Amino acid sequence: MTLVDHAAEHRTGRGGVAALYAGNARAVMYRGWRATRSTNWLVMMSGLFEPIFYLLSLGVGLGALVGTVTVDGREVEYAAYIAPALLAVAAMNGAIYDSTWNVFFKIRFAKLYEGMLATSLGPLDVALGEISLALLRGGLYAAGFMVVMQALGLALSWWALLAIPAVLLIAFGFASFGMAVTSYMKSFQQMDWINFVLLPMFLFSATFYPLSVYPEWLQVVIQALPLWHGVELVRGLTTGAVDPGMLWHVLYYAVMIAVGLVFTTKRLRALFLD
Amino acid sequence: MIVAQGLVKRYGAFAAVDGISFEVAPGESFGLLGPNGAGKSTTMRMVGAVSSRSGGELKILGLDPDRHGPDIRSQLGVVPQADNLDTELRVRENLLVYGRYFGLPRRVVAERADELLSFAQLEDRAAAKVDALSGGMKRRLTIARALINDPRILLLDEPTTGLDPQARHILWDRLFRLKEQGKTLVLTTHYMDEAEQLCDRIVVVDKGSIMAEGTPAELIRRYSSREVLELRFGSDRNHEVAQALQGRGDRIEVLPDRILVYTADGEQELERVSEAGLHPITSLVRRSSLEDVFLRLTGRSLIE
Repeated sequence: MTLVDHAAEHRTGRGGVAALYAGNARAVMYRGWRATRSTNWLVMMSGLFEPIFYLLSLGVGLGALVGTVTVDGREVEYAAYIAPALLAVAAMNGAIYDSTWNVFFKIRFAKLYEGMLATSLGPLDVALGEISLALLRGGLYAAGFMVVMQALGLALSWWALLAIPAVLLIAFGFASFGMAVTSYMKSFQQMDWINFVLLPMFLFSATFYPLSVYPEWLQVVIQALPLWHGVELVRGLTTGAVDPGMLWHVLYYAVMIAVGLVFTTKRLRALFLD
Repeated sequence: MIVAQGLVKRYGAFAAVDGISFEVAPGESFGLLGPNGAGKSTTMRMVGAVSSRSGGELKILGLDPDRHGPDIRSQLGVVPQADNLDTELRVRENLLVYGRYFGLPRRVVAERADELLSFAQLEDRAAAKVDALSGGMKRRLTIARALINDPRILLLDEPTTGLDPQARHILWDRLFRLKEQGKTLVLTTHYMDEAEQLCDRIVVVDKGSIMAEGTPAELIRRYSSREVLELRFGSDRNHEVAQALQGRGDRIEVLPDRILVYTADGEQELERVSEAGLHPITSLVRRSSLEDVFLRLTGRSLIE
């Protein structure tokens, strides 16, 4: 796997891949599954409803006032316009919950990774296992949201099927990057900065209206942020406005995943295997 | 099993471990004894292959931890100073999940989990939450967890610190059984009684260096007398009386609250002190312990 090789090159100093990766990320996932099963699956489900509430209130409620929006020269209902954006947001939220606050707690308070890294697991096992769990959670939220979209008749194209892998890609990107950022955080105050970035990104990433309303410089800023790429990718697929340029969005996430994995692994190693 | 030569760990300019050398043989129970901050835990982390050394040589089970970290860790059992049990999992789950971290098959892990719960006397707590356990039970579970991979060496960092006397005795009994079964134990402690009970051989560590090495009995013989006479004259008079006591026994040690007279025969010495017209408020004759060895070697007591 290229990601693994890439991360391995970033290992500082002595030793080889063996010190980083034991090929046992599934043990970390198994732990997550058991922990979720026995303690907090209800909490976990709550995150699913946030984007659904947005869809109902803004899409159905506000949508009655807005009418239709033009996407790629075609008229679509307002709810169908924002639904894919909220789908991307659902994936992001699920991934972010697990990879930021939960990870922060495990690093700083529960000493969970310290225990894991005293075994034959390597930091890349821990990173991959935890990120995969966050990715699954994002995927679960997105799947739930897609069911709602389907029920409301908001998936307008057969391309919408491809939104499922797209959404997993988005969740993977946010999970990987979120865990990397979190691993550098030292206090609750710093953790709050994450929310400070996420909320405006959610509101302004062409989620509820097209990017064209902004002045050009602001468009460039938004286009540099990950959520916009996710929104555009999913919106293109669910409305059927597909073009090859969408591969750039895929590439953006591939880079985000790789960067996140490399830094998470480096950081876990620095924190627990000094 | 373990060979350390001139082992050094530096954090910036500060050397937490400053040239420590020791060897541990199979089946041996080996203790690092010293006060807080002596470098014991840092040494344990290096032996546990989770901290790289800044200098010196280290071989664990014949392997260099810098190159074979995971291979070494797969054959170690680690009981850290602070419990890091998984509080999101139940008692038995803690063992099952930990076993999976070593890549052991589910069936093997399940079998061992049951054996170990019984060893740790926690069978009836299998489904309990970790937070509901007492301090002693948590420690026992941590030890059981450390044994899930059937390790060749068990590393215990201050295994009974913070436990009440009864819980400590239960724990010592469990550890003694492991020793009888031939497990190699490496433990750090600042408790004399613990070192005397559990360790075949001890190194006394202070400020990152080794002060002495030997069996508990050897160390006492070499660095202390057979008996110790403890005299209390009240904190105001201690110093004054100490002058008058100079030259008695093999050696005297003046502490803020008491005077220790090292001698082969404590009772006889006490008689002589009384004959000299010195009448302590309380007196006590006891056998020399590792505490005295430490005092002799460093001029400080172990628990400050």
